[in-house]
Amino acid sequence: MKSRAASILRAAFPFAVVAALWEIAAHSGAFPPRLFPALEAVAATLASLTASGVLPHHAADTVFRLVAGFAVAAFAGVLLGIVMGRYRRAEDLLMPLVSIGAPIPGLAYAPLFLLWFGLGDTGSIVLVAFVSAFPVILNSWTGVKAVKEIWIRAAQTMGADERRLFRHVILPGALPYILTGLRLGLAQAWRILVAVEMLAAVPWGLGWLIFGAREFLNTDAMLAGIAVIGAIGLALEKLVFQRLENYTVVRWGMMAS
Amino acid sequence: MIEVKNVTLEYGTSEGKVLAVDNASFSAKESEFLCLVGPSGCGKTTLLNMIAGFFPPTQGEIRVHGQAVNGQGLDRGIVFQDFAQLFPWRTALGNVAFGLEMKGVAKSERERIALEQLRLVKLEKFAGSFPHHLSGGMQQRVAIARALAYNPGVLLMDEPFAALDALTRDEMQRLLAEVWRATRKTVIYVTHNVAEAVYLADRVIVMTPHPGRIRAEVPVRLPRPRDPLSVEFLEHQKMLLRHLTQKEEGPS
Repeated sequence: MKSRAASILRAAFPFAVVAALWEIAAHSGAFPPRLFPALEAVAATLASLTASGVLPHHAADTVFRLVAGFAVAAFAGVLLGIVMGRYRRAEDLLMPLVSIGAPIPGLAYAPLFLLWFGLGDTGSIVLVAFVSAFPVILNSWTGVKAVKEIWIRAAQTMGADERRLFRHVILPGALPYILTGLRLGLAQAWRILVAVEMLAAVPWGLGWLIFGAREFLNTDAMLAGIAVIGAIGLALEKLVFQRLENYTVVRWGMMAS
Repeated sequence: MIEVKNVTLEYGTSEGKVLAVDNASFSAKESEFLCLVGPSGCGKTTLLNMIAGFFPPTQGEIRVHGQAVNGQGLDRGIVFQDFAQLFPWRTALGNVAFGLEMKGVAKSERERIALEQLRLVKLEKFAGSFPHHLSGGMQQRVAIARALAYNPGVLLMDEPFAALDALTRDEMQRLLAEVWRATRKTVIYVTHNVAEAVYLADRVIVMTPHPGRIRAEVPVRLPRPRDPLSVEFLEHQKMLLRHLTQKEEGPS
């Protein structure tokens, strides 16, 4: 238990340093408080926005778009990546398109998607799905290439047909890379979603909260919004990704914890 | 029963054609332990891979139990040199049960058989361990159990102990001799280690490289368990070494 407390302390230390420096700067009088609010003001705004239900509503809408868009990207991306890794024809056909599409900044597609699918949920979800699929595809593809030939030979010798080879060998064998791809895809999804919420004139959403707050110089609300994004990201990392990894690739010795 | 008849394997490289195996013929009787011995490049692993069905010979024919080999089959089990052959995402038991699972054997039945196989290689206590928690020797024992679990008539082994330290290797050889006595599989065992071949084999096929050819067939009629320090054992070893180092005779 002692080492657990120590590791929590170690993780919290850099944040404490930044918070202390922030407080010193905020109370020094060098900046106007409206532009550089103290942390207690941010915390108060966070509390009141939460109590009024405004912040939870923003957060819920953002999480809904994130999950909906990313779920599509994860499913389609893993499937496409594995098929491309396994079948030469699919690779020849899709790889050039993926290679060209991946480095284009997601936001560049935004106006097009908003015109096609409209402002609001549909447009932003489709955009999130499209943009965050790229890292998932590329890493799943790499994962299939990294599956050891000896596993495939052993499985085929023991009578595995193509379907079972997929399920019992290629999927678990590629999993370390697939998980990396999903993680990168989720980060991508966050970036594009917050940006497009600023553009897409949605009535609710953390991106919109942050962007809308500038009109009234509500820097405390901006910071509260940023803090919530950070908290949701941390929760997804700790509760979803790390658990998934610990239960699979770390337990199997395919990835260090 | 395995028959290898006039098997040749040729492959093209940027420097022209390479004759990996040149007109090799031999056979293994039911329950016979056959060793293929030779230095690297003599085509012993290539021959084993063709018997396994990973690729066909350029010329010639391979039959297992009277049937021409055409791809992989459950009539042959295979153990590789690489420890990484086990599936890291399956426990020892899960690895051993894999072939039975592919065959459609019910879960409780295949786990019973897999545990029995693990007992044969003295690893039943580690049934629930993942491969990365097992030593190299233990991983190779799991691989042997896995290759035996679905009860193939033939066991093909490609230098399974070559990457182990000398002490573990001795232990593994003793264990394999026991397993073979208990199961009476037909074994084709590839090695470059002459002492290992004399310890394990009923008959040793000596191969030499460039091109890969069968040089000699040496029966080992010593009683088991064999004593590697006995005079007869050392004489067999010497004989094999002589075949391996001798230059090709004939007009030049």
